[in-house]
Amino acid sequence: MKTPLVTSSRLGAVAMVLIATWALFVVPSGGDMTLILSGSIYCAFGILALSLALIWGFAGILSFGQTAFFGVGGYAYAVLALNIGNTSTAALLAIVVAAAVAAAIGYFMFWGRLGDVYLGVITLVLTLILYRFINQTSGSEWKIGRAPLGGFNGIPSTPILTDLGGNPLWPEHIYVICVLALILSYLFCRLLLATVFGRIVVALRENELRAELLGYDTRLYKLGIFTIAGGLAGLAGVLFANCVFVSPNMFSLTTSSQLLVWVIVGGLGRLAGPVLGCFLLLAFSAWLGTLNAGSWLDPNLVMGLVLTLFVLLLPRGLLPLMQGGCDRALAAIGRWAGTRPGATGEAMTQEESR
Amino acid sequence: MSENYLLEARNLTMRFGGIVAVRDVSLSLREGELHCLIGPNGAGKSTFFRMLSGQYRPSAGEVLFQGQSIIGQSSARIARAGMGIKTQVPSVFNAMTVRENVMLAALRSLTPALARQRCDEVMERIGICHLAAERVGILAHGQRQLVELATVIAPRPALILLDEPAAGMTGQEVEGLGDLLVELARSCSVIVVEHDMAFIRRIARSITVFNQGSVLVEGPADQVMSDPRVRDVYLGKEVA
Repeated sequence: MKTPLVTSSRLGAVAMVLIATWALFVVPSGGDMTLILSGSIYCAFGILALSLALIWGFAGILSFGQTAFFGVGGYAYAVLALNIGNTSTAALLAIVVAAAVAAAIGYFMFWGRLGDVYLGVITLVLTLILYRFINQTSGSEWKIGRAPLGGFNGIPSTPILTDLGGNPLWPEHIYVICVLALILSYLFCRLLLATVFGRIVVALRENELRAELLGYDTRLYKLGIFTIAGGLAGLAGVLFANCVFVSPNMFSLTTSSQLLVWVIVGGLGRLAGPVLGCFLLLAFSAWLGTLNAGSWLDPNLVMGLVLTLFVLLLPRGLLPLMQGGCDRALAAIGRWAGTRPGATGEAMTQEESR
Repeated sequence: MSENYLLEARNLTMRFGGIVAVRDVSLSLREGELHCLIGPNGAGKSTFFRMLSGQYRPSAGEVLFQGQSIIGQSSARIARAGMGIKTQVPSVFNAMTVRENVMLAALRSLTPALARQRCDEVMERIGICHLAAERVGILAHGQRQLVELATVIAPRPALILLDEPAAGMTGQEVEGLGDLLVELARSCSVIVVEHDMAFIRRIARSITVFNQGSVLVEGPADQVMSDPRVRDVYLGKEVA
């Protein structure tokens, strides 16, 4: 079949490249500090959204408490950096720690053959336990080496990543690192899903029994993808710690439910959709905050309303909607120009969607 | 002598609460045999099948595959040992294409290049090459049965267990499937659970008839088919 030159997926790819180029090269030189600071936080949260998009959308594992690994990554980075001094090593180790915690939890969940609902409940409980625990560590006895855990206040002295000379990086540098990390994480997830491992993960989401009957030990594959997603959430935590500082709110129910809303609004079963959902809803929340400083409008209630509306009216999320609209527009243009566009865009939609 | 048999089920019993679904059933299968399990609805065939394939753990008895007990082993491990299983309701990856389904089956034991070759070979043999790029979810029931069969034979199993493979197929598809199974039985052993008597007549060499959880008759196909007890359980007993 002849592939048309312009398809919705190609347009999407071009749009992503343009946005990435703008974010990487134009924004840092513009000197708009608000944009640079909030852009860094958006990218850190974007990676967190990506980690849930990967396991929920492609492996069918609903981790309600993906923020547990986000918080563990952030805290591990802060504690390690304060103790060993070398922030780069601390960052790498923190990602490993978050992945290891995910692997340990995943081992018990998957070898215990827990059903989907229980996976959601256990991960949620994990993040809430960590939230409660960290909140009560304000006393001076709660120290790991030289790092005070700080209880409700978190660790405001979280060290910033340093350059080779040991000087803390400027916000512009942190911003570039965050944007690059998001781009690389996205590409990593795309490549991972294209490998045999990735295809088997998608296959077991489709039909776990058949995957087992073909001889694949589904527990191992679930553990593998859960660990990788835990590592990604840990990376998001490390970057967040560099943008703000670590605090118990990283583990909170608000953060973990927000994350779920981002993924649903963006499009479950997609990688780019949840990142888009995350960006749009963060911007929306920020805009709500400017309306009247939250005196009469509770942002959480608005988020709840957004989630309800999407589940009822747009259950597939924003990205499939945009892609569908784009396909229809291209088809109309094709008819008008007397050529018939092929189905590449649609095939991509089906491939990525559940 | 268990070493002569590829599969040996010894005194299998399965209870669900107070109900005994299968009672003390034994079965032995040699390499290259094609054996059929038949019986009316609720006779215990599918329960027995699931015990043979490791999906159910028997309440009592033992299943030996290639001389090793498979009781308590995971389905994945049993599959890797060389048992290919086709379930009653087609169990396939609906959102993937036919080619992807067969590729995933072949990839378990082969490198990607060899798996592609095997995938083409199997699709050709089953006659589903023209569907290769179709998503399995949109195919007809009979075609999905064929796709599942392709995924079952792609890893070259030593034993194939098929639960009602002809269900939902057209007459022509059933004929083709019969020929295919007879041909497959030259290179591996096959156990088929089926309702369709015309299909059974076409392929069976030996048959076990189930009734009320126990074996009613067992033996060569001609002998079993002409047994009056078999007719009775299928059509009901004549009133004297």
